[in-house]
Amino acid sequence: MGVSVLQPGLATTVQDVGRPGYYNVGIPPSGSLDQYSSLAANLLVGNAEDAAVLECTYMGPELRFGSPATVAVTGADLPPLLGGEPRPAWESFAVGAGEVLSFDYLRSGARAYVAVSGGFDVPAVLGSRSTYALGSLGGLEGRALVAGDELPIGDAGGAAPGRSVPEALRSTHPRHREIRVMMGLYDHRLTDGGRRTFAEATWRLTTLADRTGMRYRGATLEFRERVAPFGAGSDPSNIVDAPYPIGSIQVPGGVEPIVLHRDAVSGGGYVMVATVISADMDDVAQSAPNNTTRFVEVDLRPGRRARRRRAARLEALREALA
Amino acid sequence: MVRRSFGGDDHIFVEFDEEMNLAANFRAMAVTATLAERRIAGVIDICPANVSYQVRFDTDRLAPRDLVAELESIEAAVGDGTGFDLRTRIVEVPILYGDPWTRETASRFRDSRQDPDATDLEFAARVNGFDSTEGFVAAHAGSPWIASMVGFVAGLPFLFQMVPRERQLEVPKYLSPRTDTPRQTIGHGGCFGSIYSVRGAGGYQMLGITPAPIYDPTQTHPDFADSLVFFEPGFIVKYAPIDRETYDELTAQVEARRFCLRQAPVEFSLGRFLADPDGYNRGLVEALDGR
Repeated sequence: MGVSVLQPGLATTVQDVGRPGYYNVGIPPSGSLDQYSSLAANLLVGNAEDAAVLECTYMGPELRFGSPATVAVTGADLPPLLGGEPRPAWESFAVGAGEVLSFDYLRSGARAYVAVSGGFDVPAVLGSRSTYALGSLGGLEGRALVAGDELPIGDAGGAAPGRSVPEALRSTHPRHREIRVMMGLYDHRLTDGGRRTFAEATWRLTTLADRTGMRYRGATLEFRERVAPFGAGSDPSNIVDAPYPIGSIQVPGGVEPIVLHRDAVSGGGYVMVATVISADMDDVAQSAPNNTTRFVEVDLRPGRRARRRRAARLEALREALA
Repeated sequence: MVRRSFGGDDHIFVEFDEEMNLAANFRAMAVTATLAERRIAGVIDICPANVSYQVRFDTDRLAPRDLVAELESIEAAVGDGTGFDLRTRIVEVPILYGDPWTRETASRFRDSRQDPDATDLEFAARVNGFDSTEGFVAAHAGSPWIASMVGFVAGLPFLFQMVPRERQLEVPKYLSPRTDTPRQTIGHGGCFGSIYSVRGAGGYQMLGITPAPIYDPTQTHPDFADSLVFFEPGFIVKYAPIDRETYDELTAQVEARRFCLRQAPVEFSLGRFLADPDGYNRGLVEALDGR
């Protein structure tokens, strides 16, 4: 017996660790945007690390369980309710057959993860159950959930409910963040003033923020004058279409930095000036509209150190929930 | 010129030229094809693009400096790309130019267009100095195009016409992007053509539509038994203008899951192409007829 979707929430999709290896034909890695929280949810309920979870953006779904299960909710502070009664986040709890899981209003962050013992057992496509909605690929029929959907659940090996992520290993979601970036790609197209503005401005996340990219506003970046190269297009922010790294920050027209996330468009014709380091992509995913961000420049070495620290934190999570 | 930059701690980006040209494109394809053959542990995605390429890698398994050294050695071996033969295929893509569906879509985005009273095809013909859309279509379908990059969204080819620069068709993109484009629209923006693999946003002028699917996540069409994406970088396209009657026939074949694109394996040599573009192109197109 599976899970019935009574209300879908705003943009709820099935996600997992992603689908690497197909970016060369325009299929992005997809997967949970906040991989740390997604892993925590799976470990809490005793799932394999690559089991599929639900990613719930801004608003939770309403789900009726057809059979008993162990459930955990992590990520954004989107308080779970079972039969209308509060349940703890970052902690696994039991759900009985016929019970309804719903959510209170979002308090902080942007994306909550719901893991169920056994995992959401939709068919794997190209090695992953992640939903890539632009390509109608993976997940449940390649799209976000709608009311009336039935989600199959895999066989639970599972863990007993009542497991908890230690306080120090839970993510918190401040309204202002410092996101570390490495400058590069086409940053030589910025004037010195444009570079300074990029680093010093306080950028506010707009409502145009989804799994493909997060658009910010806050300042105007100045580009150097140039004769447009053949094939680039006339705007100073145009380039001959190039590959877009995951996490790269493009600035169409100089006014709207867009950070591409795990459903990225794989390439295009807008100048990119920096890339978010891999360790900070989970934080980018938890920014909500109107939250503010400063982009802080780091070099490759501190970027790799941050990556190792994140790996150590993932390891600590695995040990705490072993 | 080779310009290299890290994209965060897990991508490296290499640009061969700022201007679109076949030689830079070919270098990007040759380097990435060679890198793929070497099957280096820690390499995750290898993305050739128009005049650049990108590698996504796991820096815990592959040190950035080791990857850079590998790429430098491959780039040196590839040189200017003229000695590299690309094993690829030529594909005939039928197009209904000036079709009713893209015209209807264009009419919904009047404010985004340079000349709201002309169709996109009429506008493209005029800005390229043709008296009629027929002249533009003859140029568009007259010489083959190479998929210089695949991406943006799943399976979408960027196509660059294989003619000297003075014969390149150039059309400005929409003033602001559309929120809707029919699936399988033939687009043109700047010097690039494209075939929209999925319905969605887009900024290229819409010239026509093909009945042929080029992306099939269900993998139920015969051309997609091995892959849900039809195009790979380096595929060569020859457009075949069709009329409405043929379009409807082919669409019926597609719906019955019987349609296959006409295609043939070819080897493409940049050096021989540059020496005699039109003669070389004729040879490529003849491969479609089994000659």
